[in-house]
Amino acid sequence: MSSHTISVRLENKPGALARVSQLFSRRGYNIQSLAVGPTERQDISRLTLRVDCSEHSLEQIEKQIHKLVNVLRVTELRPDESVERELALITVAVSSERRGDLIALTQATGARVADIGRDAITFEIVGRPEEITAFEELVRPYGVRELARTGRIGLRRPSSAGRRPTPALT
Amino acid sequence: MTQMLGSDAVLRALEHEGVDVCFGIPGGAILPTYDAFARGSTVRHVLARHEQGAGHMAEGYARASGRVGVAMATSGPGATNLVTAIADAWMDSTPLVCITGQVRSNLIGSDAFQEVDITGITMPIVKHSWLVQDVDELPHVLKAAFHVARTGRQGPVLVDIAKDVQEARFDFHYPDELDLPGWKPPTKVHRRQVAEAARAISEAKRPVVYAGGGVLNGEACAELLQLVELADLPAVVTLMGKGCLPDSHPLNYGAPGMHGSKYANWTLNKADLVIAVGTRFDDRVTGKLSAFAPDARVIHFDVDAAEVGKIRHADIPVVGPLKLALTELISALRELDAPHHDAWLRQVEEWRELYPYRYSRNGALKPQAAVEALRDLAASRDEEVIWTTGVGQHQMWAMQYLVCDRPRTFITSGGLGTMGYGLPAAIGAKAARPDATVVCIDGDGCFQMTCQELATAALERLPVVAVVINNGWLGMVRQWQELFYDERFAHTHLTHQVPDYAQLAEAFGCAGFTVEDDDELGPALEAAVAAGRTAVVDVRCDPEEKCFPMVPAGAASVDVIEAPEEAVA
Repeated sequence: MSSHTISVRLENKPGALARVSQLFSRRGYNIQSLAVGPTERQDISRLTLRVDCSEHSLEQIEKQIHKLVNVLRVTELRPDESVERELALITVAVSSERRGDLIALTQATGARVADIGRDAITFEIVGRPEEITAFEELVRPYGVRELARTGRIGLRRPSSAGRRPTPALT
Repeated sequence: MTQMLGSDAVLRALEHEGVDVCFGIPGGAILPTYDAFARGSTVRHVLARHEQGAGHMAEGYARASGRVGVAMATSGPGATNLVTAIADAWMDSTPLVCITGQVRSNLIGSDAFQEVDITGITMPIVKHSWLVQDVDELPHVLKAAFHVARTGRQGPVLVDIAKDVQEARFDFHYPDELDLPGWKPPTKVHRRQVAEAARAISEAKRPVVYAGGGVLNGEACAELLQLVELADLPAVVTLMGKGCLPDSHPLNYGAPGMHGSKYANWTLNKADLVIAVGTRFDDRVTGKLSAFAPDARVIHFDVDAAEVGKIRHADIPVVGPLKLALTELISALRELDAPHHDAWLRQVEEWRELYPYRYSRNGALKPQAAVEALRDLAASRDEEVIWTTGVGQHQMWAMQYLVCDRPRTFITSGGLGTMGYGLPAAIGAKAARPDATVVCIDGDGCFQMTCQELATAALERLPVVAVVINNGWLGMVRQWQELFYDERFAHTHLTHQVPDYAQLAEAFGCAGFTVEDDDELGPALEAAVAAGRTAVVDVRCDPEEKCFPMVPAGAASVDVIEAPEEAVA
C-alpha cells in the first residue's frame, strides 16, 4: 500500500463528480482527499484525488475511471514530476497576552493571519501538503479549535515535460 | 427541422436507431410518451405485467438479436422495478436502453409523488445515465444512449426524462454526429501484442482457449471457430459464452467452473497457456484463485481494458474489439509453425471419455432426463430453438446437457444470477426471433418470481414454451443446505403441488401440461412445442437430485466432486 495522487479531467456536467466518487466506494477504495474545481476551460473540471492503495488497485482505479463517459483523461501525478499544493485555514485558540508570540512564531512559515478574534486567530497557509502538516504541528500546542484543508491539487511540472506522462489507458 | 413534442421525439429517436420493439408499462410520468405511441410509431410496444419483466424481455431481445434492447417505465416504482434488470444487464454486458419518466422539472428534489432519484440509484450499474430537463438536449441524449450502450463493452444505460420535457414543443433534429469527448472505446488492437500472442500459441505445449460471452457480444464467433481449427486448440466455453463455438464441435470441451465438467476444469487448469477471449475470470469459473491454472501463462483478449489483469495477471494483454483481434491473431498464426500438442489433445480427450456428465435414472423422474428430452426434441425439429433459463440447478443442467451449435441460442442470467429471468427473457427473444421456437427451462422457484408475464406472452401473441423443472424446492439452495449446512432445510420447501402450474397456465390463457413420469415426458414436451400458443409444462421431478459435478465455493477447480459412483446407473 502506498499513497497516490490521481488527476482527472472531466466534463463539467451534473453528476460527473458523483460518478467518479461512487466508483471509489463501490469498488472499496478509500479516498484520502478530493479536490475539484475549474480548469483553463469552462466546460472542464479537474479532480485531484489522493488514495491509499496498491499498484494493482491503482491500475484498476485508473482503468475504471477512464471508462466513465464524462472523464476525458486520467493521469497519476508522480511526486517527482508534479507540483502539489494545498490550502488550509486553521483557527488557533490564543489569549491576548500570547498573541504576539504566536504571530511571531508563525511568520517564518509563510502563514498569513486571516482573522483575529478576542481569544483566537485564524491563519491561512498555502504550501506543499507536508508544509501544511508541519504548520498544524507547530500551532497544535496552543490548541487548534477548527481546521479546514482543501485537499491537494496538482499539475505536472513543465520542467519534467521531456518525460511522458502516465499514458491515458487504452 | 420539424416542430414536435418531446414525447414524439423519443419515438422518432427509437425509429432512427432501428428499434422495432420496446417493452414497458405506462404510468403517470411517462404518460406523454405513451400518448405519442397512440399517435403512431413503427416501434411495437409490448405491454409487460411488471417492469422487471419488461427489463428482462428487453435483455432477451438483445441477446437473441444482437441489437440494443429497449425498456420503458414510469418514475418511482416503475423505475425501481427496472433496477434488477439493469443490474443483470450490467453484469452480463447486455446492451440496454432504459427510458423512464421523471416528475416535472420544477418538482425534482421535492419528494413529489412517485419521485425517485433513479439516475442516482442506478449509478453503479449503468455505463452512463442522463436526466433530461431540457427538451433541446433530448435528441442528442437519446442518440448518445444508443451509442454508449452498443459500443465498447456493451451494457445498460438509462435516460430519465422529466414529464414537462416530454410535453414541450421544440425543433426536432436527430443529430448525425455525437459530442462525447470522454467516450473512447478501443477500435484497434496492438499489433505487437497480437504477434506475441501468436508466438505463445505456436510454442505452447498445453494450450486452451477459454471463451466467454464477449465473443457473442463482439460478433467474433466465426473468428473463434477459425482460430480453434487453425491451431487445433481445445476450447472451454463459459455459461455466458455457450453457443459462441458449436457445442458439437470436437474441440469444444464445454463449460468449466463450479458445475462444469471435470474434463473442462482439468483442461483449463492443467494448461500451460490460457487464451482467454471475452471472459472475465469469474469466481464461479476460477474457484480458488491461487490454485487456478497455476502453470499457465495467460493471454487475455478483451474490449474492456479494466477486465484485463483485474482478477488474473495477463502475461500478454490484448485490448480491443475481439473480431478484429482474432482476425489479426489468425493471420499472425498463419506465418508461424503449426503448434505441436498432440499429446495434450490426446490427454484432454481421454479426460472427456473418463469423466462425462452423468446421473442415475433410478427412481423418480430426473430433471436431467427432462433436459435431455428437450435437447433431443430440439434436434428433431427444423426450426431453430432458442433456450432461456432461470437460475439454479435447472440452469446448470441446461448448460450441461443442451447442445447449442449457433450463437445467441442460449440466453441466461450469469453474473447477477437473477431468478425469474427465464420467462420474460424468452418472451423478449421471441419478439426478436418470431421464426424460432423459444423454450424457457425454468425452476419452480424462478417461475413463481415472474410468471405473471404469461399474460404478456398470451396477449401479445409471443408464444413460448416454459418447462418448469419442478422439484418442489429452491433446489440449489437445498443442495447447499444438504452439503454444507448439515441438511438443515430452512425455508426452501415450495411443494410440488402449489401452485398447480398447468392450471395457472390455463388461467393466463396458455396451455398447461403436467408430467409425473418418464413416459409422459416426450409426448407432453412435443405437444407443448406444437401447441402454437404459450405453454407451460410442469415436470415434477425428484426433489433430492443434486447438480454434479460440483466445485465447492472456495475450492480449487481441479477438486471436482462428482456424482456419487453408486448412484450412477
